[in-house]
Amino acid sequence: MTVQPAAPTLAEGVRVALIARLTAMGDDELLLGHRDSEWTGHGPLLEEDIALANLAQDEIGHAVLWYGLRQALDGSVPDDLAFRRDPEDFRSCLLVELPRGDWAFTMLRQFLFDCYEAEALPRLARSSYAPLAEAAAKALREELFHLRHAGLWVQRLGLGTEESRSRAVAALERLWPELGGLLTPLPGDLLLAAERALPDWDTLTAATVGRARQALAAASLDPGHDPEVPEASGREVASPHRVELLATMQSVARSDPEAVAW
Amino acid sequence: MVTPVPGVAGGAPARDAAALAAAAWVALRGVKDPELPAVDVVELGIVRDVRAEGGAGPVEVTITPTFSACPALHVIEAEVRQAVATLGVEARVVTSLSPPWSSDDMSDAAREKLRAFGIAPPQRHGGLIEIALDAPVRCPRCGHPDTRLRNAFGSTLCREIRTCRACGETFERFKPL
Repeated sequence: MTVQPAAPTLAEGVRVALIARLTAMGDDELLLGHRDSEWTGHGPLLEEDIALANLAQDEIGHAVLWYGLRQALDGSVPDDLAFRRDPEDFRSCLLVELPRGDWAFTMLRQFLFDCYEAEALPRLARSSYAPLAEAAAKALREELFHLRHAGLWVQRLGLGTEESRSRAVAALERLWPELGGLLTPLPGDLLLAAERALPDWDTLTAATVGRARQALAAASLDPGHDPEVPEASGREVASPHRVELLATMQSVARSDPEAVAW
Repeated sequence: MVTPVPGVAGGAPARDAAALAAAAWVALRGVKDPELPAVDVVELGIVRDVRAEGGAGPVEVTITPTFSACPALHVIEAEVRQAVATLGVEARVVTSLSPPWSSDDMSDAAREKLRAFGIAPPQRHGGLIEIALDAPVRCPRCGHPDTRLRNAFGSTLCREIRTCRACGETFERFKPL
């Protein structure tokens, strides 16, 4: 028997808002990890194939962390959340759902997500909700390796050949606006920020965009104006990309609903 | 050889909670990380606490993952339970993330075993991980410090791949975390 520490007692509104935030965080990590894993066996070099497989494993592991925190709040089982939930019940953002594209697209996306995590995790590690603070402190240590790796690729692509640069520019053009979707607060986030369970979202947004801009500038890449952060989160909408990704990812689990392991 | 204790059914030795916990620590020395068979979980620093509620158990073992996505953790949990069960008591395993595991938690003995196994051990960093990451790494085969990074990621989440310029050996290094 493995015992998970019980969740602290919370006001109902806070509990519901936390479940929604943890679901979005877990879904982002899971889908990004899955998109990264699509390169396994197809990487441009053996070393990069292995590196990206490691990154994918880390992201999926972090999804398990966030789903595990949700489990302590509502009893939902992480495997069910990942493999037996319908696309319209996922709360991932478009940034992580988009098809993997070329290598530049995959690396630029990973880099933007890593910039967000590099700013979000240290702040979440100071959350008033202790289980979230502890998990964020754990994930933060591992994310250091991601940002170093993706950041180096952004430089290689931006400062490399004419082709690498044009691919990086095209990828950034498509991805940069979606950073706004990643950074859009959920309806319950304001309450959580007031409780100091979440950081101030405007500060986090500015820090993430600033960090990304600085690293992009070092690679001679200019994303243009700041991404627009929409009023309402687009996470409730199941994009065709999310539907396609989950159809593949869940196909084995759904082929035998009675199976407990595969 | 167990000496029968008068008045105890079955002749089981009378022991208090502290003695049971101490016996559990010894039993845990037999549990290896399946991805690092050279070292046991105690010297790796992932056993955080062992508590016995009484001389007859149960025993609660608190462990912490090295990397949160470490696939070996489930195997380690099962083996920890088995090791404690050999003492004839019920075992419970609790996973704790706080404080996060650091490679500084690894004992000197474990570092030496890693080196002998062919894996360069992580430098002690005292929290300055980025400095330790970029510091020179000695080849575990010839001891030369002139080695170069081949890949920041390797066969498991905790390792990177390096090559020694002196002897030509390609080896893995346990990353400072």
